[in-house]
Amino acid sequence: MAKHHISTTINGEPVEFLCSTEQTMLDVLRDELHLTGTKEGCATGDCGACSITVDGRLVCSCLMLGVEAEGHSVETIEGMADGDQLHPLQQKFLEYAALQCGICTPGFLIASKALLERNPDPTEEEARYWLAGNLCRCTGYDKIIRAVLDTAADMRGAS
Amino acid sequence: MYAPSFAAPTTVAEAVQLLANASGVARVLAGGTDLLVQLRSGVLKPDLIVDTKRIPELRTITTEGGGYRIGASVSGAEAGEHAGLSKDWPGVVEAVELIGSTQIQGRASFVGNLCNASPAADSVPALIAVGATAVIAGPNGEREVPVEEVPTAPGRTSLAKGEMVVAIKLPPKPARTGDAYLRFIPRTEMDIAVVGAGVCVTLDESGKCTAARVSLGAVAPTVLVVDDAAAALVGSKLDDAALAALDAAARAACKPISDKRGTIEYRTKVAGVLARRAAATAFKRAGA
Repeated sequence: MAKHHISTTINGEPVEFLCSTEQTMLDVLRDELHLTGTKEGCATGDCGACSITVDGRLVCSCLMLGVEAEGHSVETIEGMADGDQLHPLQQKFLEYAALQCGICTPGFLIASKALLERNPDPTEEEARYWLAGNLCRCTGYDKIIRAVLDTAADMRGAS
Repeated sequence: MYAPSFAAPTTVAEAVQLLANASGVARVLAGGTDLLVQLRSGVLKPDLIVDTKRIPELRTITTEGGGYRIGASVSGAEAGEHAGLSKDWPGVVEAVELIGSTQIQGRASFVGNLCNASPAADSVPALIAVGATAVIAGPNGEREVPVEEVPTAPGRTSLAKGEMVVAIKLPPKPARTGDAYLRFIPRTEMDIAVVGAGVCVTLDESGKCTAARVSLGAVAPTVLVVDDAAAALVGSKLDDAALAALDAAARAACKPISDKRGTIEYRTKVAGVLARRAAATAFKRAGA
């Protein structure tokens, strides 16, 4: 079967790629486009390490086929910083040491950004439920939650 | 090398034609949260994947004669954001929102949950409780069946070759009616039901139940409709006798398996407890 020619938008830039039907969006990002910031954890939608947004909706890229990206707008961790200027969430994750090994971090950042875009003032419980699909084996989650809530407070103060 | 074909039709007619003419195994892709896991593990190797998300009418929730028509590709997150649906049928919306994480909610659909045909599917007992129907398109046109007639065994459905579920229809909510779905898992989120219970009741002006439906998940090869449990509620104001009869009828209907999530005895006991608790919420929502 011939490969599919897909035209999409990734981090605001038009991107074209070739993929076969069974390649997931995660496979395409990492293996075809060399955007390796998005991580593979479980590959079954349980861990959230491969989180991206598609038309603003948070999804696991391991549970989406690359062919489905046609005509849609995808955001990955590579699009989060503005050049050398880290996104406030990225900065706060560093300050709080909200990571150790780091493999879950891109997924947590993408999921947290999606949360704050929808809900600029989440309660701790709301943040924990929203992020329940992102697994971290290092931090015990507390530093991540505190970093997210503190970022939310800063961003509310700045706007 | 395994290389399935892929199609993303823009009309139901085109999708049905693709499915009907497929040589070999064809699968519908809506949210993909079950399908992609099956592809990845190799338990399923379809020759054709038909993505239904480019069919406009499958992407929307519309009101129809006071009820709702939920397109087959509508995600759990979209259902949860629909104010009218959440207000009229909160049990149905809560059930679909129990499925997986925020990421899963961004893709997973009612129809996918139904057609994956797991006995533990969370949205299915809730849909059955409110009397939802599935609209099925096929080579011979459309037909509409009660939701409980779609799954026939774990992983199997009553859909014929070329058929696909295009929508779920929820009836208009009668006055003084409430629905509820409860699921038991050993943690607070992100797990598969040990038992699920959906209850919907309609009350008269005195608060007495005039109609009821009870459905149980994860206690038999398919999601059950438990008529005896519903009969235990009709005519009652949910007094202790009615609760005891409901509990007994729910337990009597169980034909569960023992697995790592629970034993036969445990699942049976929990089914009675959940049915009582879901009934209490449904009565409260109906205005009792």
